[in-house]
Amino acid sequence: MGAARTIARRTFLVGSVALAGGAAFGVHTIKKPYPNPLLDTLEDGEFTLTNYVLINQDGVTLITPKGEMGQGVQSTWAALIAEELDVAWDDVKIAHGPPGKAYYNAAVIEEGLPISSLDHSGQANFMREKIAPIAAKVMAMQVTGGSSAAADGFVKLRVAGATAREMLKNAAAKKLGLKASQFMTVNGKVITPDREEIPYGDLAADAAALKMPKNISLRPPSEWKYLGKSMPRLDMKTKVTGTANFAPDLRFEGMKFGTVKMNPHLGGALKSYNADKALAMKGVDKVIATDHGVIIIADNTWTAFKAANLIDCDWGKADYPDTMAEHYAAVGAAFDNASYDSRNRDIGNVDTALEGAEVLSAEYKVPYLAHACMEPVNATAMYQDGRLDVWAGNQAPGDLKAHAMEVSGLSQDQVHIHTQFMGGGFGRKSEVDFSEYAVRAAMAMKDTPVQIMWSREEDMTHDYYRPIAMGRFRGSVKDGNIHAFDLNVACPSILESGAERGGPDLPGGDITNAMTIWDQPYAIPNYRTTAWRARKLLPVGAWRSVGGTQNAFFQESMIDEMAHAAGRDPMDFRLEMMNNDVCKTVLETVKDMSGWDRQRPEGHALGCAFVLGFAVPTAEVIEIKQTNDGIKIINAWAAVDVGTALDPRNIEAQVFGGLNFGLAAAIMGEIDVKDGKINQTNFHDYDSLRLYQAPKVEVEILENGKHIRGIGEPGTPPAAPALANAIFALTGERYRELPLNKFVAFA
Amino acid sequence: MELSVNGQAHNLDIDEDMPLLWALRDKLNITGPKYGCGIAMCGACTVHIDGQAVRSCSIRASEVNGEVTTIEGLGSPEAMHAVQSAWKEHQVAQCGYCQPGQIMSAASLLARNPNPSDETIDQAMSANLCRCGTYPRIRAAVKTAAAKMGGA
Repeated sequence: MGAARTIARRTFLVGSVALAGGAAFGVHTIKKPYPNPLLDTLEDGEFTLTNYVLINQDGVTLITPKGEMGQGVQSTWAALIAEELDVAWDDVKIAHGPPGKAYYNAAVIEEGLPISSLDHSGQANFMREKIAPIAAKVMAMQVTGGSSAAADGFVKLRVAGATAREMLKNAAAKKLGLKASQFMTVNGKVITPDREEIPYGDLAADAAALKMPKNISLRPPSEWKYLGKSMPRLDMKTKVTGTANFAPDLRFEGMKFGTVKMNPHLGGALKSYNADKALAMKGVDKVIATDHGVIIIADNTWTAFKAANLIDCDWGKADYPDTMAEHYAAVGAAFDNASYDSRNRDIGNVDTALEGAEVLSAEYKVPYLAHACMEPVNATAMYQDGRLDVWAGNQAPGDLKAHAMEVSGLSQDQVHIHTQFMGGGFGRKSEVDFSEYAVRAAMAMKDTPVQIMWSREEDMTHDYYRPIAMGRFRGSVKDGNIHAFDLNVACPSILESGAERGGPDLPGGDITNAMTIWDQPYAIPNYRTTAWRARKLLPVGAWRSVGGTQNAFFQESMIDEMAHAAGRDPMDFRLEMMNNDVCKTVLETVKDMSGWDRQRPEGHALGCAFVLGFAVPTAEVIEIKQTNDGIKIINAWAAVDVGTALDPRNIEAQVFGGLNFGLAAAIMGEIDVKDGKINQTNFHDYDSLRLYQAPKVEVEILENGKHIRGIGEPGTPPAAPALANAIFALTGERYRELPLNKFVAFA
Repeated sequence: MELSVNGQAHNLDIDEDMPLLWALRDKLNITGPKYGCGIAMCGACTVHIDGQAVRSCSIRASEVNGEVTTIEGLGSPEAMHAVQSAWKEHQVAQCGYCQPGQIMSAASLLARNPNPSDETIDQAMSANLCRCGTYPRIRAAVKTAAAKMGGA
């Protein structure tokens, strides 16, 4: 379910649509617009103009149906609508809105296409521009992920804003017997030729009754007042005053609080349990058994946590191995023809080129990682009078709703999802497990709002982890350049794992296994990249930048190894083989920013990495310093190319945030399995980057790319290899395994 | 038991071992302090007791002997504390979940030390985790707040 299912569906359907040329779904399905989701919940005096604009006497609410998990998407999406609608920034009100097929993500599908983001051939453009949008619409996935929101919203939201604006002008024109072209709009008002100001609220009823105009033309970037500017985030004031509502901050009359206690052997059954001691506690209402654990309902969360500790459970076993050694052995065993997954790049002849050459080879590995959002997963639900309401921060409200319907047995119109701010998402909140427990609790506690908050320990030990992975390479250098590069990566498939949670089990490759290895802009005469699929192990899922996290570490470390073997500067080595100008400019930019060629003091060293991920060329340089307490990361520089930068200050935040997220994993991130259970339970043994460890970061944003791109994830993948490469430059030691604190001390 | 929070006295009927965090969140509906770890490792629950930054998940409400201030009591959307204004000015928050705790730690630091060095800021603020990685802006905002409060 969730992200993995979503990705599975998109991979599958893109394939089907591509094969059938769209005919499989019928022209009718494809052309017919989905109904406006706002129509179902309109209140008296409320009117909707397009799927994204809601107006009443109090003003305009912009619907931004993407999950806000910190990436600033709601402010950027509001700016896209407001830019054309002419609403003053200080007056902008936003809401997540209900789930709806009309809010399908038209851009996330592109990552699932087997075409490189740098490929602008006729065939590639046809796939991208004609086939992918059809598939996206048919699939109708409302998902926040894949760094796709900027591309998804760029045109459609401005069109929505302009359409609503024209409807308001048309309504004014009709009322006064004038032409729409005689009116202007400014700050939420239509201005008549006589300079009379009519608030949008006064025209909304009339406007909503009009037909939506077609052939809307959008304002040129030279006229933009919000886009391209750093706008203050609309959620900032509430987030610095403690007044922003995250799902666990909701309080309703008569509310109960609960938690879960689930089988530590993930996926294993609850065989039996004894809750006598828990139920004897003051303030404990109920213990509900589910397939994999129990839900405890009490007067308050603390009592629920205490009661959970008193419940004795007999747990069934998991179907994965008990020890980490066996997990790694399973991944190692996947470099084998029987486990072939995909080979999307095979240039020249690697085998022939390596014959008789001096061959470099090495093996890399990375551990499982938890998402560890600051907000442990949770949800609140209530079932009353045949109506189920679910409040949850989430990245996929459509999946959440479908799953809530399945669990409750209720129908489409009985289930209502209310998306809240997420206290971090990183992929974890595209799953639906946390809402399931709240739904089960609500169904068992009729007429009672129930909030189910997982303890940090349950959250940490019941994640859908970033897969463990291994990389192997063979390579050779000739005349100072890479002559042959045979790159192999292996990990369990997040799609296959997702299939266990309700997604389809698909034939063919899992494109996420091969992310950021097969489409990199390196001109290497003999170049082969192969992804292998390990057997199913721990439950795994999408983790900020998905396959890019592990694969970038492998590849960019390996390139560094070859640069060293060739006796070359690793920056110039990469620049020289880069065969795409946009990418090359990004790398040159970071070279300049970091003063790469400048002599550093004794005990300092630099490392670099370049990754094309989510179609964003991203280059990072990290500077470290040897201190008495260990290695200190002092500076980082990042350059990205997003095509069009909608909000530079927000993009900057995503890039340094993504970089820090990558550094946390590179330095100390490790989840392992012991006796079949997750060995880490809280931040004392799964710590994260802290302020004293965070480098100073400079970010430069370029706009040379052809298409607008999103930036939630691209900052993450280059961080680990840039750091490992810096450590090599400092110490001469090449560490081929993460986390790096296994080998070096960090200050 | 009695508890004074943000200048208001409350009489609470709670278990003796209930941490201050849950008394605030579930009994008094003061939800600014967040639950993140329950073991004083992440700082999302940070509040002040008589001006001192304290992890409210790890002190019993029954043992509190002093005035509790939460993010709600530090400032309001209409009248923000200098630290909150600095946070807004620098657009620090991303997901925002850890920020009430970060701000409470910073406010306590600046009350004790109006002009902290980089090293002091690093030390005082490292008990608060941020998974979004907002650290560069936290550093900048602490300095701005210090200047506004007349320190630097």
